[in-house]
Amino acid sequence: MSQYEKKIHRWGRISGILAFIMFTAYPLLLSLYFNAWPYLDALGKGLLGVVPIFYTVGVIEAFTYGPMLGAGGSYLSFVTGNITNLKAPCAINAMKVAKVEPGTPEGEAISTLSIGISSIVTTIILFLGMLLLSTLAPILESPLLAPAFANILPALFGGLAVVFVSRNWKIAVGPMVFMLILFIVQPGLANAVSLLVPVGAVLAIVLSRILYKRGKL
Amino acid sequence: MFHVNHPMLFGLAALVILFVLGQSIFFTVKAWKRARELGMSKSLLASIVRGSAVFSIAPAIAIIIGIITLSKFLGLPLPWLRLSVVGALTYELPAATSAATALGISLTDALTDARAYSTIAWVMTIGSFSGLTIITLFLPKIEKGLMSLKSKDEKWGKIFMDSLFIGMVSAFLGMIFSEIRLGLPGWIPVFVMAFSSLLMLVFGYLVKKKNIAWLENYAMPFSMLGAMIFSIPLTAWIGGSR
Repeated sequence: MSQYEKKIHRWGRISGILAFIMFTAYPLLLSLYFNAWPYLDALGKGLLGVVPIFYTVGVIEAFTYGPMLGAGGSYLSFVTGNITNLKAPCAINAMKVAKVEPGTPEGEAISTLSIGISSIVTTIILFLGMLLLSTLAPILESPLLAPAFANILPALFGGLAVVFVSRNWKIAVGPMVFMLILFIVQPGLANAVSLLVPVGAVLAIVLSRILYKRGKL
Repeated sequence: MFHVNHPMLFGLAALVILFVLGQSIFFTVKAWKRARELGMSKSLLASIVRGSAVFSIAPAIAIIIGIITLSKFLGLPLPWLRLSVVGALTYELPAATSAATALGISLTDALTDARAYSTIAWVMTIGSFSGLTIITLFLPKIEKGLMSLKSKDEKWGKIFMDSLFIGMVSAFLGMIFSEIRLGLPGWIPVFVMAFSSLLMLVFGYLVKKKNIAWLENYAMPFSMLGAMIFSIPLTAWIGGSR
């Protein structure tokens, strides 16, 4: 490990632990300040409704996005959130534009830079959005603009798909056809798409391994 | 007296968000310096900064809509905090709903009970810790595994990374087709995606064949924005509920 890598892991871990404390501070301090401790049975039931699914998703995201985004990018994006719908596509695009490969020192630096900028810009926009909420709410919630925001994921992944299919169509065809059929047969899976990311990844890895061993890649 | 927009709650949220902003600035500066050490030009890095900023605008505005949705029930500070850091609406809304259901209250009116609010805030917080915990504790190990894989066979290492990305993209592409059995309105996301792909191809052509190099950096955000705009007349024409 290079000096920089050692440092980034140290900074990442320290900031991760600090983030953990800061995130807990909000409910903790409000409970203390208002002397309003949670109803324990509702807390338990509420957690039961989210923990089984979202802890699984969190673990899966850590193992899939971790290698993609590199050390700095991962530490940052798991604190700042909105990974699938913003940070990961942003970093992927930046690495493509800079013509660097993910998993290399260059890729790591570019990924971290783009995720950092994305976080800063998002924080500023959300702050402004909150200040101007009464002005913005009628515009953003207008029926006219509703389709644009309802379709942000298709708009995002359409462009992204071109990048990956054009680079690796031999690997891409199998997992894509599989996912198409799966979601058409079982539309309800749309709510569990995060759980299917590793399924797609494993499938793509197995397929590309077979193709690679046969010398077709 | 507690209310969901209490100044103390704004103060707390602002504090946490400032910390995260500080962390983002710290890592951005470090990454810039690292990239310079690795021999990347200032102009390339500046273009990455501009491209990433433009890329983030539309998704960030979509996140504001998430804040608006949650704020009717939870007030502003908590949604502002949760969506500025760690979370995404796809997690925060189910978490809030799960806690509210357990409390036997509806998500339509602003909360007045401080303890109910506290319960929801705790559920949203504790429920979102797994990814952060794994990354904070195990990222060096995950990376080590990847490095050993790459050092054994560099070409396979590269294909392996690409396969990971393709896995992610294919899952989301599948999801976009999940409503087509509902008839023509269910195809709207598919058409929007196809339009975004088409724009990306056009931009790719302009960059490569017409040598409009600056466009490369903006091809993805422009494709996304173009497809979002395209969805407005398309939806009006098809008449879907989306």
